[in-house]
Amino acid sequence: MIGLEVYLAVIMLISLILYMLTGGADFGGGVWDLFAIGPRAKTQRDIIHHALAPIWEANHVWLIVIVVLLFVAFPVAFATIGTALHIPLTLMLIGIVLRGTAFVFRTYDDQSERVHLRWSRLFAIASIITPIMLGIALGAIASGTINADPETAIVDTDFVSSWLKPFPFAIGLFTLTICAMLAAVYLTLETDDVAIQEDFRLRALIATISVGVMACISFLLSTNGAPAIRAGLGNSYWSIPFHIVTGLIAILGIWSIWSRQFKLARIVIPIQVTLIILGWGFAQYPNLVAPNLTFSNTAAPDSVLKPVLIIILCGGILLIPAFWYLYKVFKGRSLTE
Amino acid sequence: MEDLLVARFQMAMSLGFHIIFACVGIAMPLLMVIAEGMWLKTGDNTYLTLAKRWSKGTAIMFAVGAVSGTVLSFELGLLWPTFMAYAGPIIGMPFSLEGLAFFIEAIFLGIYLYGWERVPRKIHWMSGIMVLLGGTFSGIFVVTANAWMNTPVGFSIVDGKVTDIDPIAAMLNPSSFTQALHMTLAAFMAVAFAVAGIHAYFLRREPQNQFHRKAFAIALCVGAIVSILQPISGDISAKRLAKYQPIKLAAMEGQWETVRGAPLRIGGIPDEDNEVTRYALEIPKALSFLANFDPNSEIMGLKDVPRENRPPVAIVHFAFQIMVACGIVMIVAGILGGWLAWRKKGIPTQEWYLKFITICSPLGFIAIEAGWTVTEVGRQPWIIYNIMKTKDAVTSMPNLIIPFIGFTILYLFLSVVVVILLRRQIFYE
Repeated sequence: MIGLEVYLAVIMLISLILYMLTGGADFGGGVWDLFAIGPRAKTQRDIIHHALAPIWEANHVWLIVIVVLLFVAFPVAFATIGTALHIPLTLMLIGIVLRGTAFVFRTYDDQSERVHLRWSRLFAIASIITPIMLGIALGAIASGTINADPETAIVDTDFVSSWLKPFPFAIGLFTLTICAMLAAVYLTLETDDVAIQEDFRLRALIATISVGVMACISFLLSTNGAPAIRAGLGNSYWSIPFHIVTGLIAILGIWSIWSRQFKLARIVIPIQVTLIILGWGFAQYPNLVAPNLTFSNTAAPDSVLKPVLIIILCGGILLIPAFWYLYKVFKGRSLTE
Repeated sequence: MEDLLVARFQMAMSLGFHIIFACVGIAMPLLMVIAEGMWLKTGDNTYLTLAKRWSKGTAIMFAVGAVSGTVLSFELGLLWPTFMAYAGPIIGMPFSLEGLAFFIEAIFLGIYLYGWERVPRKIHWMSGIMVLLGGTFSGIFVVTANAWMNTPVGFSIVDGKVTDIDPIAAMLNPSSFTQALHMTLAAFMAVAFAVAGIHAYFLRREPQNQFHRKAFAIALCVGAIVSILQPISGDISAKRLAKYQPIKLAAMEGQWETVRGAPLRIGGIPDEDNEVTRYALEIPKALSFLANFDPNSEIMGLKDVPRENRPPVAIVHFAFQIMVACGIVMIVAGILGGWLAWRKKGIPTQEWYLKFITICSPLGFIAIEAGWTVTEVGRQPWIIYNIMKTKDAVTSMPNLIIPFIGFTILYLFLSVVVVILLRRQIFYE
């Protein structure tokens, strides 16, 4: 029988995927706010703003869900990550705080060009730092260099060496490019203005190529940086079909953007991102924080996991219609037309 | 500075900062749905303007609350990993429920703030109710987790290992109900008085302004009702403390000796070296009576536990006095308002009363900060009462002073900006 912790692991992975597809795209919005250039810069910024405003706070909650599930279901892993990755996580938090606050402050502060642009810059820079730091933390977790004892939760770390390396930084940039790609693809559907749509199409193409480049760099660096992930992605029975499908989806994604099939792109590109995260998840399983912590040896007892699963199930029944309504109200036009 | 102390400062600052915004996120939706409900019922557009104006201020405060709350959820692991490795599963139930409640709050807040023109009126109003419920329950669940740190139950320890975890029993620990009630009422009380105070300020300049009259009436009404309920909840809390955390109660009261018929102290300076409390106004037997309904009941004194297991008495005592003093002023304001309104058969807009309410506006938040100081400092040196000491829970990460200074600067900056932006919303729009 499958242990309850496996369900929790799957739910956390799904939450991470949903966070990237929604909250990640919001960070990507910040990237394109920074690179809003040319005669239509202000319109680009306005569209990004209107796209994010009603939904970013709800999207952000996925991150909290992931954190809560981690400490409830895998407490030793949470303690280990919090200890060894204190520095990148703290920087990520500062980014989260500045991104969110700069975004609302911009709306309610003086609307003069100067003040508006100052908050925009802060919002954009924080939107770039945050996913990079998140990616660095995930890369460090994947690299298999954080030594912790699953029994005592004692972590053997110098607080720096597990993340201050090429592989985690590559994953940081990889994450950033994914956010930027998602945002650009979504933004093509947030406007009727063909010129603006073309601006975002160009950005989507650049980002999609960047994602491809960062994927290759990350894969090459994983040979030394995360050998277990490399082996999982390269030598599993599912490796070859997985790479073929991901490759085909990536090509379909670029083609759909190139040929202005934005509706199609908005379906295909998120599938591509989902496959990337799933691939990492499968390659890493059953390790949670390699080399010592697995999902099963850090799992809380079933008496804890069972009620949490029930809450998630009931919560899903409540949240799915709520989210559906939120997106229908604010994204309905671009979703249905 | 020692890393343990810095970690405690960072946690205290993060909580003290977040709680203000969290309370606004809990209580403002009530004021907004009342105003919007009045608009739906009467068709008077002043109420609509009011709900919209309030929702702008709330949008700013909610965003700061959401991100500072995220900081806290990570800080549990960044600063107190040993505590979380131990307690995470036990208090997981309320945190999971809190995640759900926060989702509901955030989703419907988006609809509420940006959906004025996009959803039907009734649905919009219902969204406000969902925000209110989501916010209130998410506050209650978080407080429940804190209550468990005061009265840890729902597990057993065998050979130093946690076993037999019953997350539901842990969530429904003996402190949960009293703490959640006290905090929820405090949130509504603080926000209602702050809002009433702001509108009272404007009413003194323009006594006939309908907008401010209506705003003042709604906020004062909520504040007055809650302020009458709050002392009851405070009394239940004191009785719970006498039973489960007698040392915290002793520190609050500056009670050193274990005696029958203990007095209630007003003011006074606890001297921790000589183990006495000086210069206090003592009401004979009142503490015994309040704690146990019996003027001759026994109250445990601080001397009953060794020095290293006592909380810092002076801080707890002063903070408690501040909380009670602020509370009493607000209760007086509430009762007085009710009486004036009944006599006048209308909104109490006497100049002196408006002035009084204006002065009251920060008191609720001061009381909340002081009250959390009482409950958190009063639990020291324990992070989990009688089970794990705070010093054993702290991270091994060195140089914690750096993130502490970083977050302090960040939060000071945010505080200044929020004040400036709220002033803009209030004065110039």
